[in-house]
Amino acid sequence: MAAIDGKALILAFSAMGAGLAMIGALGTGIGQGIAAGKAAEAVARQPDAEGDIIRTLLLGDAVAETSAIYCLIIALILIFANPLARLL
Amino acid sequence: MEFFPKVIFIIPLYGMKIPVTETVVVTWGIMAGLMAFGYAAGKNLERMPHGLQNGVEIFYEGLEGLIESTMGEGNEGFVPYIGTLAMYLAVANLIGLLAFRPPTADLSTTLTLAGITFALTQYEGLRKKGVTGYIRGFFEPLPFMAPLNIIGQIANPFSMAFRLFGNILGGMIIMNLAYSAMPVIIPAPLHFYFDVFAGVLQTFIFIMLTMTFVGMAAE
Repeated sequence: MAAIDGKALILAFSAMGAGLAMIGALGTGIGQGIAAGKAAEAVARQPDAEGDIIRTLLLGDAVAETSAIYCLIIALILIFANPLARLL
Repeated sequence: MEFFPKVIFIIPLYGMKIPVTETVVVTWGIMAGLMAFGYAAGKNLERMPHGLQNGVEIFYEGLEGLIESTMGEGNEGFVPYIGTLAMYLAVANLIGLLAFRPPTADLSTTLTLAGITFALTQYEGLRKKGVTGYIRGFFEPLPFMAPLNIIGQIANPFSMAFRLFGNILGGMIIMNLAYSAMPVIIPAPLHFYFDVFAGVLQTFIFIMLTMTFVGMAAE
């Protein structure tokens, strides 16, 4: 254990942090699945309004996706542009 | 696999060094291509369109219909801006197929575009509601919610920019990983999802959100 220096420790935990950050995408996955299921129900009930339903679904999914995108950005920053490694 | 775009060359200007990145150079290329396309499509307009003019008119009328159904009647003035945005974003997102780095995988591009939309949204709110109506809009439904409303307005362009940036950059990184894992066969279907599907979908979502925000500001 003596061979591990501070920088290696920061990099290791940053990689772990990047992986853990992506857990936040879980909620988005569930939410978008529910939205898609509801959209399928809506299309089954009103096949004429399919275009409007799909457009509303895509727009809603885009907004719901925001939290997952923030998780992705945090993970990418931890991997590629780590601000913590500069503190050492 | 690069997170930051490469610096192609540096412009020395009054002692400052202005780095010109891959993003800017690819954007110039896209601008030149779109201008050439616009010139070719509008060179000799005819009353009975044929060839290229037909396709361009289908695009224009489709966009006009979309704007009318999203923002209501009498908003045809937004067709040029939304159309330019749609064409630029579609080409920029799809240019990864030609092995260029997509300009939208750079936060500068997406934040600029979202900033233009933000300025347009605020201007449209001021124009349609007047100064007092615009300011009163922040104190609704209850006066103490003003900070929340202001933060909500400022957060919109950032979430738009990060959504586009994250999607395109994420796709680009996954494509790079796929190429380094196995350079043949496997990346081909992945290109279809990460470049074509995600690119076109994000273009659509960006212009839909622009229309929705601008339409909401006018109410």
